[in-house]
Amino acid sequence: MVDILGGIVQAFQLIFAGDVTLYGIVCRTLLFSGVAVLLAALWGTPIAMVLALKHFRGKAIVKTFFNSLIGIPTVVLGLILYLVFSKSGPLGFLGLLYTPAAIILGEAILVTPILISITITAIEAVDPEVLLLAKTLGASDSQASMAVLKEALNGFLLGNIASFNRAIAELGVALLVGGNIVGLTDVLTTAISRYTQRGELDFAIALGILLLVIVFAINLLIIAARKVKIIFELWRSPQ
Amino acid sequence: MQTWQKLLLVAVLSTILFVSSALVYFHHFVKRRLIISTTTSLYDTGLLDIIEKNYEASHNVDVNIISVGTGMAIQHAQNGDADVILVHSPSMEQTFLEQGYGENRKIFAYNFFTIVGPTADPAGISGRPVKEALHCIVNYGRNLTDQSGQTKIWVSRSDNSGTHLKEQALWQAAGYNYTSVSTEPWFACVGSGMGDTLNVANQKSAYTLSDLGSYLTFRRGNAASLSALITEEQELLNVYSVMAVRSSVSGNQSVHEQVNYEDAMSFIKYLVSPETQQMITDYGKETCGQSLFFGAVQPLTTNSPHPVVDWIKSYAFFDGSECPPQYRNGYPELYP
Repeated sequence: MVDILGGIVQAFQLIFAGDVTLYGIVCRTLLFSGVAVLLAALWGTPIAMVLALKHFRGKAIVKTFFNSLIGIPTVVLGLILYLVFSKSGPLGFLGLLYTPAAIILGEAILVTPILISITITAIEAVDPEVLLLAKTLGASDSQASMAVLKEALNGFLLGNIASFNRAIAELGVALLVGGNIVGLTDVLTTAISRYTQRGELDFAIALGILLLVIVFAINLLIIAARKVKIIFELWRSPQ
Repeated sequence: MQTWQKLLLVAVLSTILFVSSALVYFHHFVKRRLIISTTTSLYDTGLLDIIEKNYEASHNVDVNIISVGTGMAIQHAQNGDADVILVHSPSMEQTFLEQGYGENRKIFAYNFFTIVGPTADPAGISGRPVKEALHCIVNYGRNLTDQSGQTKIWVSRSDNSGTHLKEQALWQAAGYNYTSVSTEPWFACVGSGMGDTLNVANQKSAYTLSDLGSYLTFRRGNAASLSALITEEQELLNVYSVMAVRSSVSGNQSVHEQVNYEDAMSFIKYLVSPETQQMITDYGKETCGQSLFFGAVQPLTTNSPHPVVDWIKSYAFFDGSECPPQYRNGYPELYP
């Protein structure tokens, strides 16, 4: 049987020895997922604002569309993107297949529906009075919608974190459009799959531990940030 | 202009900025790339890591290795997504050459497939010829008391890789129809790489077909209870060849013009050079106690060791040559 305990011990040795390959993969993963969420937030926020605040025909259908895209299997999206970015595909002339840019774009597309859905929910949860009040106080349309967005900040932040977690934990897109090339496009999940295949389980376990630690740390950070915000506002409010 | 319109404009502009800076970066500031699509067995054993390191040390090019099955490697080549492919399925290679997607094929290594299974060997295949062994496995599987599909006796790659094609050919040769035998309850299809398949076989105490290199690497890392029960037979020969993806494919011109043909040929020459061939043969002697692969270039030119060379010729040669003249393009030094 597999020596689980021995594997974990060796994994911790690798982590504390500061193995270059190991931390290279971690840095790449954080960078790719971070930029992907940034792009997704840029696209997603205006779309979410429109869907939450405007009224138009077919709005329910568009919302349902984004909601159902949340569950798209990452390999399916990976396959579609491979066909698109392949040299014989429609965007093949860009030559982006098997580059980090392809992973970042793919992950951004992957997380956009989550970001949009959570942001819509957050904006809709804001009391509609806020929009009306802002307008009666003489705010312009855009000032009023910014006021609503500020009220929805917590939900918006949550959407970003959920997106980051999805991006960092996905395998299909990074594997199919990134190619899992050592030192260029291998991220935590694809590297774990490679080292498992190769039977280098200590390395795979070490990467797995780091992946869990990162996800956990980010969620802790958010909770901490919220607490700090509440304390800050309590301290500010008497003035 | 409303807020969301402004935000959307910012989003579109920054996406364009991102893509164009990525394009500029990858086309002007990075070393030339040589993309190698390879069968998993060469990659998972770690052999290619060393070849990549040595090659990059002496050549100004960035070697990018994509590890997939032989079927996908050939698909990559047809789409123009790879510059060189390393594969091990002569029948697929022949079709590939005939369709005009590749050229300058060189056989560069060989080893043997092996049937691995639980050390206790419940079906009693050890030491038998392959065909008989498969008969034993089928009989054992059909006579199991548990026919619910929970107990698996044979694990198949089922991923259209070179190993999978070899497995199908072996079933065929033993007188079974692969499609019907693969639906029987004791037969497991996993659809993934060699390492995963060995994992499943190990967990399920089942038999499977593996290339020797992957099995030895797997055993080193896993304290596995699997043993190699049959090996070194003509039917189990495994031949690896390298091909360059053609840069002029009729009807697919624009795609294939971007193929890095120069570096591909330089890599092929490096792969068949005496030093690299020696390195391939020596690989694994220290860590696994025996060679995982054998260089094939020298045996083919000197005609020894005797039976193996004849086996390679009858198994992996097309029209009596490793690369018939119509599939060559220059580089006469490759074909003395």
